Amino acid sequence: MAEILKAPLAVEFPFTRSLGPVQSAFLTGLRERVVLGVRTGDGRVLVPPVEYDPVTAEEIRDLVEVAATGTVTTWAWNHEPRRGQPLDTPFAWVLVRLDGADTGLLHALDVPGPGAVHTGMRVRIRWAEERSGAITDIACFEPYDGGPAQATGHTGEFEDAITGIVAPARLDYTYSPGRAQTAYIHALSERRTVGERCPSCRKVYVPPRGACPTCGVATAEQVEVGPRGTVTTFCIVNIKAKNLDIEVPYVYAHIALDGAGLALHGRIGGIPYDQVRMGLRVVPVWTEGARYPDHYRPTGEPDAEYETYKELL
Amino acid sequence: MRDIALVAFAQTDHRRTSDDLSEVEMLMPVLHDVLDQTGLKTADIGFTCSGSSDYLAGRAFSFTLALDGVGAWPPISESHVEMDGAWALYEAWTKLLTGDADTALVYSYGKSSPGSVRDVLTRQLDPYYVAPLWPDSVALAALQAQALIDAGDTDEPALAAVAARSRADAVANSHAQLRGSVPQGDYLVRPLRTGDCPPIGDGAAAVILAAGERARELCRRPAWIRGIDHRIEAHGLGVRDLTDSPSTRLAAEKAGAFERPVDTAELHAPFTSQEVVLRKALRLGDEVRVNPSGGALAANPIMAAGLIRIGEAAAGIHRGESDRALAHATSGPCLQQNLVAVLEGDPR
Repeated sequence: MAEILKAPLAVEFPFTRSLGPVQSAFLTGLRERVVLGVRTGDGRVLVPPVEYDPVTAEEIRDLVEVAATGTVTTWAWNHEPRRGQPLDTPFAWVLVRLDGADTGLLHALDVPGPGAVHTGMRVRIRWAEERSGAITDIACFEPYDGGPAQATGHTGEFEDAITGIVAPARLDYTYSPGRAQTAYIHALSERRTVGERCPSCRKVYVPPRGACPTCGVATAEQVEVGPRGTVTTFCIVNIKAKNLDIEVPYVYAHIALDGAGLALHGRIGGIPYDQVRMGLRVVPVWTEGARYPDHYRPTGEPDAEYETYKELL
Repeated sequence: MRDIALVAFAQTDHRRTSDDLSEVEMLMPVLHDVLDQTGLKTADIGFTCSGSSDYLAGRAFSFTLALDGVGAWPPISESHVEMDGAWALYEAWTKLLTGDADTALVYSYGKSSPGSVRDVLTRQLDPYYVAPLWPDSVALAALQAQALIDAGDTDEPALAAVAARSRADAVANSHAQLRGSVPQGDYLVRPLRTGDCPPIGDGAAAVILAAGERARELCRRPAWIRGIDHRIEAHGLGVRDLTDSPSTRLAAEKAGAFERPVDTAELHAPFTSQEVVLRKALRLGDEVRVNPSGGALAANPIMAAGLIRIGEAAAGIHRGESDRALAHATSGPCLQQNLVAVLEGDPR
């Protein structure tokens, strides 16, 4: 069996999220070096604050300032920081109950080693130099030897409160398409289109995905199809796509390759866009070094009868 | 209420990588296995429900491709949860309760190998206050483990014993990924060592549910679901008491777990420290066999490992090795959400 294909795949997206009034006050407060909690119906102060009471689900809006100092309630030593984490040198993950709060805030504690951290130790916030209204406005915690820091007496009202955050996220994968699609892609690089036949209903899937979705069984028998095929249906593209160097208008079509049990899609070239029609016979056009056809062009044969492809639209 | 039972269970061999297989190629053998066990065909199944997450392999809408393995054309009655398959089983159970269907196929799968699962799982966290810090799954479990140590509920040797017992029991489980003598290793995130953490791997599982007499026709000794319930902890990690799991206890209560003792418990505790929390929450004594399969410390295909706990508990009843078993599944950081099912076999 041919070598399994693999390729790097990065999934990256900047998530834009709107904030409720409590989240907005908390994150705006961090920008201003003020830490706000929210008081629940039973009098507890939650930091970080939430919009709804975790016990009763009631809306809670009573903001309370707490100190930038607090006590570690649990910790874990991270000797190998990972991408995106608050510090790039070894640090302790900590839950910190800030003075005046009843719950723990998750963040990093900057200490030289695991011997320098213990549950119950006193810490204070180290503020980031540039702050925008995000949890990362807290750079990390650092050891602190003292009682509760003085609160600023803030009400939680801000003139230019932030209303949303942009949270970038990126995950890196090594993608593998599996057995059936690997075989398809290998064959395609030799300018052959190879599908797989369902052992039960005999339909030939192009491209193959490894299973027949009608019968729910594995496909294994490889069947070379094409290279010629029939346009079964098409559309005319009038809008230029970003990063795509194709003159509009052009035709994008469903093409049933001879021997295939379903149509694949591709661009039609070598013919004016307004002369493409259902039943047009086409053949792939390859460019040097490409792993798949650039487009399909007319063969010059008579058009296929509708009866021959009506099940393959 | 209708009596509903698990009548068949199958799982793949769980492996560190499966890059020779697409998700549907990995899944299909277990679907065929449970259908063969019952003699059912896809067309005989009243409802199909699956659990998976696109984030694991970074493949959008992968669950629609996985349906190829079911044979979903002409259209079948089908649903999907972006959760462990245990929750897909819960949905199927409610569907059967309504009387809309008499049989259900439930499956789930996860391919963790294409990505970095510790980082992937950060994306399930609170997106405002927690996810921007990228705290990985091991780090969060380590915070919970330290809280347990501070509370005097466990210590490192006790955690190592949980790891050793799980991998020793897994010797009898040919599907397990990590079996036999496995060194505790170095700290991954202290206090957790590599031995306290689950293996990362790919795998799939499937079960068939059936109601009433249909279950007896399909299985010699059906594993009847006497109760099933799932509950969740407060959203904020710092709001919770990480040394306890009130949501597990409540789910167990609602599922009737405390009405009579169970002989076996399959607990979905990916980290050794989480077994300590669950044993306490479920009031399991030493007379209960915990994770004879080796549990998630022996094989943890994410999105399937919870369903596998229910499947393993049921398979023990099918084989006549257990009469009343508890199965638990979890989801999210530090046992955020918990499902408990109580299964029983007919008297022998």
